[in-house]
Amino acid sequence: MAGSPHKGFPATGGPRTVLAYLIRRLFAVVIMVLVVLLATFTIFFMLPKWAGQDVAVLFAGKASGAEQLAGIRIKLGLDDPLLVQFWDFVKGIPMGRDYANGDDVTHCAAPCFGYSFRTEVPVWTTLKDALPVTGALAAGACVLWLLGGVATGVVSALRRGSIWDRAAMTTALGGVSLPIFFTGMVAMGLFVHNLGWVKIADNLSTDDGIGTWFQTLILPWIVLAFLNAAMYARLTRATMLEVLGEDYIRTARAKGLGEGTVITRHALRSAMTPILTVFGLDIGVLLGGAVLTESTFNLPGLGLAAVQAISNKDLPVILGVTLFAALAIAVANLVVDIMYAVIDPRVRLG
Amino acid sequence: MTAPLHEPTTEADPIATGGPAADSGVKKVEGRSLKQIAWKRLKQDKVALTGGIVVLVLIVVAVFAPLIVGLLGHPPNEFHQDQLDPLTNLPTGPLGGVSGDFLFGVEPNKGRDIFSRIVYGARISLLVAFLAAVVAVALGTLFGIIAGYFGGWVDAVISRVMDVLLSFPQLLFIISLVSVLPDDLLGLTGSGVRIAVLVAVIGFFGWPYVGRIVRGQTLSLREREYVEAARSLGGGRAHILFRELLPNLVAPITVYATLMIPTNILTEAALSFLGAGVRPPTASWGGMLRDALETYEHDPMFMVFPGVTIFITVLAFNLFGDGLRDALDPKGTR
Repeated sequence: MAGSPHKGFPATGGPRTVLAYLIRRLFAVVIMVLVVLLATFTIFFMLPKWAGQDVAVLFAGKASGAEQLAGIRIKLGLDDPLLVQFWDFVKGIPMGRDYANGDDVTHCAAPCFGYSFRTEVPVWTTLKDALPVTGALAAGACVLWLLGGVATGVVSALRRGSIWDRAAMTTALGGVSLPIFFTGMVAMGLFVHNLGWVKIADNLSTDDGIGTWFQTLILPWIVLAFLNAAMYARLTRATMLEVLGEDYIRTARAKGLGEGTVITRHALRSAMTPILTVFGLDIGVLLGGAVLTESTFNLPGLGLAAVQAISNKDLPVILGVTLFAALAIAVANLVVDIMYAVIDPRVRLG
Repeated sequence: MTAPLHEPTTEADPIATGGPAADSGVKKVEGRSLKQIAWKRLKQDKVALTGGIVVLVLIVVAVFAPLIVGLLGHPPNEFHQDQLDPLTNLPTGPLGGVSGDFLFGVEPNKGRDIFSRIVYGARISLLVAFLAAVVAVALGTLFGIIAGYFGGWVDAVISRVMDVLLSFPQLLFIISLVSVLPDDLLGLTGSGVRIAVLVAVIGFFGWPYVGRIVRGQTLSLREREYVEAARSLGGGRAHILFRELLPNLVAPITVYATLMIPTNILTEAALSFLGAGVRPPTASWGGMLRDALETYEHDPMFMVFPGVTIFITVLAFNLFGDGLRDALDPKGTR
């Protein structure tokens, strides 16, 4: 019904339904952001207390003296009512925050994602440096996995039962069963150390040329994309097979449209909707994968920052990364929702 | 129209000839339960059966780990410096020191028996994966059935919570939780705490996957006649939920639990790899890969053994779960 683009469809009510849809989605994102803030606050400020831990010790590290701890307790306002603490925590993100203990004031400029009392650096500084690496890693991998997965799935569906189809589906099952950090190590051992085809830079910064970035990221992209490309190939194959059996595809063919047009403009377009749905849910998985890939390839991204913070017991950094990642995912979900409106006429036209 | 669904018989159709099925000479038609049909199908699925056998072997290995290591290996935390090159700290033997004495070779730097550590690692891996699946299935079934049966605002709230949890960056939240909780909690100490925490958090983030399936199934089941019949006979809510609906949800829940275990194994390995799993020196597969990350250029075998073990384990569970799904669901969705 809704598969082919209707040029003559009445435009009345169109924009309004899109607007209503977007407002609904925006509302959902706001709720998600609230849940994320509450969850991180609970995990980092309430749960330890409930488990008998001193929050100040967690934030400062065990090595700090009693005086220092008392100072940090006041700076973080740990003795304030929970609601006040939560409000300060939330307000700091857009407004910045001053951790004050009398004259001793630690300033944390907006956006304040916390302050590492261990390294004496606002967490945002760490995040800002790590962000381009994770962003480039995630974006490249997700392009590769969507293109690779969807293309493989479409070809598998069209050549159903062929050797190509079976090979693709077997690889997909293998891909789902392989841990990213193992494939990463194997790929690195083979292509970097053994064959010497690519060189991975020890460090990545925005000053490095695009060639360095590309060389360093090409293996991580492929490794991170592989697992998900496999899953998307299976999913695309299943939906494509379903869609190709629909009446409107027969109609399109009967109209005398070329096979290419039927596949891309009619079948694939409606097959993309469920794929996009899964993609929206998988952004979190992508980020988790990025954390593992960064640790394997030693890429200085958000994930590596978090993992190093675990071994350094630098809690504010873990908090900052988690919070930032969760907020980024909420925004990414909104983007996916907008894509929905673009792809699916049922959303656009109500 | 009268196409025989089971086996074509040359005998006359008992209904057409008017005779009852019990007539001699006519094949007796027996009712088969879903369990019997599924088992018959599963037996014919060689791939799934192989997966199932591998899973069984792994469980046996995990349960009898001390016995197996006693027979074939060395204690998992015993150092064997004599197996290492004093200059490079790499195993002296070929292939990372593989020999009759050390079946999978020894670790570089520490010289611990890799075979024993893999066998003991199976305990952690399977224990966490199974228990987390139990937690996820319990929570998912409970909330899914409630959301599906009651509908309305209850469903709206539960569904929304599931959506939010599903799109969370789970790995980062689990890392956070593990790093915030103390080493001794509720009377547990040492790796016991970590295992309990891992089970709780992996299970907690897993329940929405089960919940969505159960909710969807309940939505369609609650409109069936037998539910209506139970209601008109005066069956209470609890009776309908747990006596009428739940038994019909067992098949999809079983399949989903089986398919959830491999995911949990990968999550546990990932957490151990990141340093948020069980504490060393307790052996875990992910932890071994983390150690291997430092030396794999020079001693790739230390990486290959745990990596391949994870792969085989996860693949076996996936194959078995897929087969189970096909066996229990004649239509084979997806």
